Amino acid sequence: MRAVRAGVWTRERALLLLPAALLLAVVVVVPVLRVLMLSVNRVELEDGFRLHLAGIEPYLRLWLDGRWWTALRNTAVFTVSSVALEMTLGVAFALVLHRAFRGRGLARALVMLPWALPTAVMALAWAWIFNDSFGVANDLLRRLGLLPHPIAWLGQPVTAMLAMVVADVWKTTPFVALIALAGLQAIPEQVLEAARLDGLSAWQRFRRVTLPLLRPALLVAVAFRAVQAYGAFDLVYVMTGGGPGGSTETVSLYAFQNYFRYLDFGYGSAVATTGVLIVTALVLALVRLARPRAEAA
Amino acid sequence: MTAPRGGAPRRTGGPRDRAGTATAGRGVPAARVLWGLALALVLAWSVGPAAWQALTALKPDAQITHVPTVYLPHPVTWKHVETLWSRKPFGTYLANSAWVATWATLLCVSFAALAAAGLARMPGRGREPLLLGLLFLSLFPPILLLFPLYEGVRWLGWINHPLALILPYAALNLPLAVWVLESAFRQLPLELDEAARLDGLSALARIRRIHLPLAMPAVATAAILVFIFCWNEFMLALTFMTTDARKTVTAGIASVSGASLYEIPWGQLSAAIVLATLPLVLLVLVFERRIVSGLTRGAIKG
Repeated sequence: MRAVRAGVWTRERALLLLPAALLLAVVVVVPVLRVLMLSVNRVELEDGFRLHLAGIEPYLRLWLDGRWWTALRNTAVFTVSSVALEMTLGVAFALVLHRAFRGRGLARALVMLPWALPTAVMALAWAWIFNDSFGVANDLLRRLGLLPHPIAWLGQPVTAMLAMVVADVWKTTPFVALIALAGLQAIPEQVLEAARLDGLSAWQRFRRVTLPLLRPALLVAVAFRAVQAYGAFDLVYVMTGGGPGGSTETVSLYAFQNYFRYLDFGYGSAVATTGVLIVTALVLALVRLARPRAEAA
Repeated sequence: MTAPRGGAPRRTGGPRDRAGTATAGRGVPAARVLWGLALALVLAWSVGPAAWQALTALKPDAQITHVPTVYLPHPVTWKHVETLWSRKPFGTYLANSAWVATWATLLCVSFAALAAAGLARMPGRGREPLLLGLLFLSLFPPILLLFPLYEGVRWLGWINHPLALILPYAALNLPLAVWVLESAFRQLPLELDEAARLDGLSALARIRRIHLPLAMPAVATAAILVFIFCWNEFMLALTFMTTDARKTVTAGIASVSGASLYEIPWGQLSAAIVLATLPLVLLVLVFERRIVSGLTRGAIKG
């Protein structure tokens, strides 16, 4: 019986994989190749989407495009600050949830909630929270004595970015917390017991035992989250629209604007493509960074 | 791994219970109070923003725009919910979302089940590269695919047609569904499959009679995750669905805001946000375990 299944490909297996492969080819693979092709062409609406080969010209244009650099910087600031905060908060949440208590299932469900809610819709909720006149953020911070006067959060570059990061951290911390929680549960009790008997304080046990053992799981979470944060679109589009004055515009949003506002399809494709090249480089760097340490741990 | 711990008596007495937490080792009551405080903060942060929308939706207009902020609605009003519901498009948005997400989930999980069954019986040297390839495909940000898909949808005349969303949603969630299902199928005993094959059951019949029923928890997990992602998708819905009759709830609500954030009736908008998120809140409360297992399995393995 085994002999029949020794090879990798049988006709049956190929047929089973076929529907999924076709769907992915049509929806993902062909579009990726197409966007690469568009990115080295000029495509104009006037002559019916006909392609004119432009070579590396669109990429030169990117290099000279101040708005693209700004979008790139915004995306980097957004990605780095969101992911850093999510990782910290996520681990903290996991530590809080990692013990037996009554209603733990419900608590875990409530912590999961932000992850499951639609970003585009909750972006509006956050815009309301950060509303300059009636927002609850201003009111809470003033009651706590942290703000002397109300702030127009979404009306200024730095606070608008901050508000967006807060909304993103809210949405994605649960994912990190889940990963960290699963990691915590995989740490054998004896290891921590041994550290305790060695006289390590709670903080030392966390730094020297728990955290290193969590590292592989956390690095996976960082890679996933970085890629997603880098492609952020929904939150920006709805919450700030990239404003004020382009100060929160991300690469994804800039590509979208090129497509559907300026109808500059070739250039939009170049913007989208460079974004992906950068993400790929980022992921490869992360994987390389992760590997030796993960093995050491 | 939590099983023994979860099964232990609820009272968390001994220091053993707190082995993994940073609060352990201090005086027990102080540590417990601190922990309780931390838990309360975590829950308030997680639920707060959504709960705030619900409170806003139930306030009379005068309290919504009152300075300083009025926290609890008094009296509670259902006016905003009623107005929203009686206005035509909103119910349509919800129905469109449900329709698109349901079909996309069915299509995605069916194709994923076939592929996962094929992969699960493959030797590792064939399987691993394919699974990694899938993971790689799932990392492309949607903006990269948006314009070529738009061209395709226009070419097919599918602008404002549900298929323009159903097919991409099914495809974009395939990697996740295959990962979840494949690892479940691989744990099924090979002998069952062999016996059924010798009984003359076709590959499809075996998947239907053996794989799907035995791996039902994983199938449910995959379906729930895919459904949530489809319900929440925004970029493609915004681009492909241009008439109110076809918009999904994310695109519908967000385009309300496009007008001007200052002229919006916030009471109604809050009601819309609450109604659009309510199905997901219920899904999470009911299927919390399934969602957690699906997400962690995918990520830890990756």
